[in-house]
Amino acid sequence: MYAQMIKTAGTGVKSREEMTEQERKFQEKIDADIKIEPKDWMPDDYRATLIRQISQHAHSEIVGQLPEGNWITRAPTLERKAILLAKVQDEAGHGLYLYCAAETLGVSRDELTEMLLDGRMKYSSIFNYPTLNWADIGAVGWLVDGAAIMNQVPLQRTSYGPYSRAMIRICKEESFHQRQGYDAIRKMAEGTPQQRKMAQDALNRFWFPSLMMFGPSDKESVHSAQSMAWKIKINTNDELRQKFVDQTVPQADYLGLTIPDPNLKWNDERGHYDFSEPDWSEFFDVIKGNGPCNVDRLAARNKAWDDGKWVREGLLAHAGKKRARNLAAE
Amino acid sequence: MTHDEALAQFLLRMGDNTLILGHRVSEWCGHAPVLEEDIALANIALDLIGQTQMWLGLAGQIQGGQSADDLAFLRDAWDFRNVLLVEVPNGDFGRTIMRQFLFDAWHSIVLEQLQSSADDRVAAIAAKARKEVAYHLERSRDTVVGLGDGTEESHSRMQGALDYLWPYVGEMFAVDEVDAIMTDAGVAPNPFDLRAQYDALIEKVMTKATLTIPENRFAHKGGRDGRMHTEHLGHLLTQMQWLQRAYPGASW
Repeated sequence: MYAQMIKTAGTGVKSREEMTEQERKFQEKIDADIKIEPKDWMPDDYRATLIRQISQHAHSEIVGQLPEGNWITRAPTLERKAILLAKVQDEAGHGLYLYCAAETLGVSRDELTEMLLDGRMKYSSIFNYPTLNWADIGAVGWLVDGAAIMNQVPLQRTSYGPYSRAMIRICKEESFHQRQGYDAIRKMAEGTPQQRKMAQDALNRFWFPSLMMFGPSDKESVHSAQSMAWKIKINTNDELRQKFVDQTVPQADYLGLTIPDPNLKWNDERGHYDFSEPDWSEFFDVIKGNGPCNVDRLAARNKAWDDGKWVREGLLAHAGKKRARNLAAE
Repeated sequence: MTHDEALAQFLLRMGDNTLILGHRVSEWCGHAPVLEEDIALANIALDLIGQTQMWLGLAGQIQGGQSADDLAFLRDAWDFRNVLLVEVPNGDFGRTIMRQFLFDAWHSIVLEQLQSSADDRVAAIAAKARKEVAYHLERSRDTVVGLGDGTEESHSRMQGALDYLWPYVGEMFAVDEVDAIMTDAGVAPNPFDLRAQYDALIEKVMTKATLTIPENRFAHKGGRDGRMHTEHLGHLLTQMQWLQRAYPGASW
């Protein structure tokens, strides 16, 4: 889940009586699972919330290239290098589909990029954690992509057509990434004592940040209720987090790795694992910009954008000259 | 030098070129000027690493059972056989894309010829790689033209890139004993014979890009025979080979 703490615009869910005629028709379409398309009428708050949510997801894909790119040049085999390159290429591609989906709502990719670069828009907190050993690349695939998929699978059914279609493509690739990540960390868990140590170290550092990806509990939130009524949010954060824990614990057991939570245990009555909440004060610190890598990540993106200015301008100028020459030739 | 010794050297030259250039291109990950470039650069690096697996895989087989990974991660700089052009640092995006074009142009010409190699294994790798490289060339050529004939700044950066890289071009067409054996056996073309076709292509593209090809024909050499690499290669290998060297014998 790359969209966290998305502030839903508006004042919460309206009753049928409070809705205008247009709003009522809009909600009826959503209730009947009819997709909303770019040219359809939609409430301003729906549009604004979707722009925030889709672009935060897109920004996360873009910034997410950095922690993984950190290991491309040090990947231990040619095959692992190729897999990681293919993965990072997919992530950049996801960014592209998502920006295109956001553009259908009337905002340009350049505007969204500027808002990321000057800090007005956020990306997922997870990408503010460092990748320190090779097993982190496995852990990112297994846990981070695993957590992302939890939210993205239901979002394939989201009400906004272009977003839903982007999600369908993205989910196919993400589940492949998760399997590759698990395979990479499995190889290390079954490897030398040092490789095992790397795998456990990666799990120790990524476990709680992965749980934070779902955001704090929102079951009481009126904003969340509105997003759910609009079907741009399908499950509560707690439901998704529980599902993630339930899925991941047996996988860690299979690897012989220990999840760094002494309170983790199966609860027969609930039919779920009980687990410790992450440290939410750390989460809010990261969101505010105080995570281990926030400053460096944003600086790297700003540098790429600033250094690339002459390239973008050069190619644009050339396209203009070409057009003018073609016109003159006609 | 026996046929197989020469063949192994030839294969290392092909595979080390793609390995080292693939590494350089992959350094751009997440730092490109525009999202489409991030995608394209990752894609090109991926193709080059894939080609490396094939070339070095065959080289290792001929040398008696080393894997492509053994060759990539466990040789020291003096055993690398790539041309110097591919190991020079990325510099700005202009230098990266100019280096790519100067290499792609040679790469596409040589692969085209290698498709009819007397060695079927070489011909098969070339046939597969050529399709990928046709795309690399199209893209690097168009970008060189676009930036050369773009703004004043992009033009001057591209001219600077061409001036810097031009002395590294000649090495791709140098001929030694390895080439003589490969040419006689019909395995590979004589590198020198590819120069006219290469020059014609470069001239056509640079004219469109409004860039001036330097008159100096001086060529830095020493990469493809391993006699003297640049200082940059050692640093690149330090990074690329680190895990394999630090944890010998581990399986990843």
